Amino acid sequence: MTQDAPPLHRVRLGNDEVSRVVDDLRTTFLRGRRWIWRAIVLIIGIAALLTSYYQIEPEAVGMVTRFGRYVRTANPGPHAKLPFGMERVQKVPVERQLKQEFGFRTKRAGIQSELSKDDHTQEAIMLTGDLNVATVEWIVQYKIADPYKYLFNVRAVEDTFRLMNEAAMRQIVGDHNVTELLTIGRESIAGRAKDLLDELCKRYETGIVVQQLVLQDVDPPEPVRPSFNEVNQAIQERERAINEAWAEYNQEIPRAGGRAEQSIQAAEGFAVERVNRSMGDAQRFLALQHEYAKAPEVTRTRIYLETMTDVIPLAGKKLLIDDKTKGVLPLLDLGKADNAKQDVKP
Amino acid sequence: MTRARWLAVIVAAIAILTIWSSLYTIAETQQVVITQFGEPIGKPIDEPGLHVKLPFVQDVNVFDKRWLEWDGSANQVPTRDKKYIWVDTYARWRIADPLRFFQRLRDERSAQSRLDDIVDGETRNVIANHDLIEVVRSSNRPFELGDAAQDVISEEAAVPVQQGREKITRMILERASAVMPDYGIEMVDVRIQRINYIDTVQAKVFDRMISERKRIADRYRSEGQGKSAEIRGRKERELKKIESEAYRRSQEIMGKADAEATTIYAAAYGRAPELYRFLRTMETYRSTVDAKSTLVLSTEGDLFRYLQSSSVPRR
Repeated sequence: MTQDAPPLHRVRLGNDEVSRVVDDLRTTFLRGRRWIWRAIVLIIGIAALLTSYYQIEPEAVGMVTRFGRYVRTANPGPHAKLPFGMERVQKVPVERQLKQEFGFRTKRAGIQSELSKDDHTQEAIMLTGDLNVATVEWIVQYKIADPYKYLFNVRAVEDTFRLMNEAAMRQIVGDHNVTELLTIGRESIAGRAKDLLDELCKRYETGIVVQQLVLQDVDPPEPVRPSFNEVNQAIQERERAINEAWAEYNQEIPRAGGRAEQSIQAAEGFAVERVNRSMGDAQRFLALQHEYAKAPEVTRTRIYLETMTDVIPLAGKKLLIDDKTKGVLPLLDLGKADNAKQDVKP
Repeated sequence: MTRARWLAVIVAAIAILTIWSSLYTIAETQQVVITQFGEPIGKPIDEPGLHVKLPFVQDVNVFDKRWLEWDGSANQVPTRDKKYIWVDTYARWRIADPLRFFQRLRDERSAQSRLDDIVDGETRNVIANHDLIEVVRSSNRPFELGDAAQDVISEEAAVPVQQGREKITRMILERASAVMPDYGIEMVDVRIQRINYIDTVQAKVFDRMISERKRIADRYRSEGQGKSAEIRGRKERELKKIESEAYRRSQEIMGKADAEATTIYAAAYGRAPELYRFLRTMETYRSTVDAKSTLVLSTEGDLFRYLQSSSVPRR
């Protein structure tokens, strides 16, 4: 183009010159045009190559549309398509496991993931079936099973999916009371919410398949939390009271059993002793009686006198009375020793 | 020559423009209404691909074919039992009749504002006609309760539901759907995304929750005390039983032994009762007389008889 500029100034000079210049111009133009054409063809060629080559990552498939109409699905690898936007490719990560979080966000995943909850409590706060309030956090893991439906059936699929999640979870939680939600019902709530979500995904034809729905933190609202803890404490207290009572029971009953056994054994011992003693006494008596029968009078006197010999010296006082002597008794002060003691004592 | 060339260039340009203007594409997600000078021509087209129209005079009006979003803002609505709640609904809709849609609403923006009016209005109407419990619960499924929680369900929550959330949302959907065909719109779903108490009500609900939990806690505690008292009582009973049984057994055993001994003694002593009495008496003397005893003995007795006389006594 810069070459063309100087000849233009000479146009006024004369016809010959004009024709010569035109010739010049034409030759340069023609020569130049060849270059331009080549350049254009080259550019078009490169553009065609660039716009017809594409590549699909291993986790995705490519949905190819020609003039807007879906024509084929491209598997992972390098591919060619019609250039210049006649065919277009939308990549859908069908193999990737996708995840949505409700009530919190993972700010930075890692060994110790950072979570942020601040702005997402509205997602988590909900009414329970006994008209109480709880915050429920959950995650849902899903895959795109049908890329055609995923792309062409519902606009803003991900947003819709989030809304479906919130609606489904609240519907299920609304059918459980707060105690169930916080304790025994977690599993079944997650299961039922997943079922409902599955059903909605099918109805909306989102092409999404829910793989897992997991409840995360489920809590009573902040101001109520201490009273829930109190309930847990009370449960502990109940268990402790019961356990203590059982401990006492288990301590005392076997001991009592032992003591009972002991007293029975003692009674058995007494019984054996009693019988043996009686038998011994009987034997001794019979032996004595046997000998006694041979000389009763003498034996009797002997035993009597022997006993008296032993017994009489033991007594502190002995009084001998002759029946013929009357009036001794009044003189006898039997209680003398005792009276003396009484005098001293006070 | 050059003029012909220029002409050719111009004709070619016009031809290209004409072709360009008469061709259009429809994507998988689209449907179109062709208008000629603003007047809709023919039926709406939803077949994706390359299409032809009259150049210049006909225009292509593109509408989405997919399910479209509508997300209402939260509304403060009183329920029939005068509970004030925030209700946040969402809906999905599609342009079922693009021609009518085009004639009535022109574009999605006006459709959205129409949906705002209709869905919000119907939501309000339906919810105002139902108790809160109807909107929250979906069935009359009984709660699986912890033992102590049974009687702390508040009265309003214990009422069996007639409709339930699912039916109520179907009701909103039905009512909203009724007017939609007029706009060429099909409502495909309406759902309650969120329900929350308004702040003042929420504070009261929290108070109630706290008192409910207190009652549950008290119940657990008294249950613990009751159970432990029961166990202690059982323990007492067992103890008494064990002790008394042991007593009975030992008394039985000892009684039997006494009986046996008595038989044995009777058999032996029965042979010579007089001798037994004598021996036993002697024994008694031995054991009863000690230093404190005073013996008064008569000279008439056997022992001291000889103090008086040594003659052989006469029997």
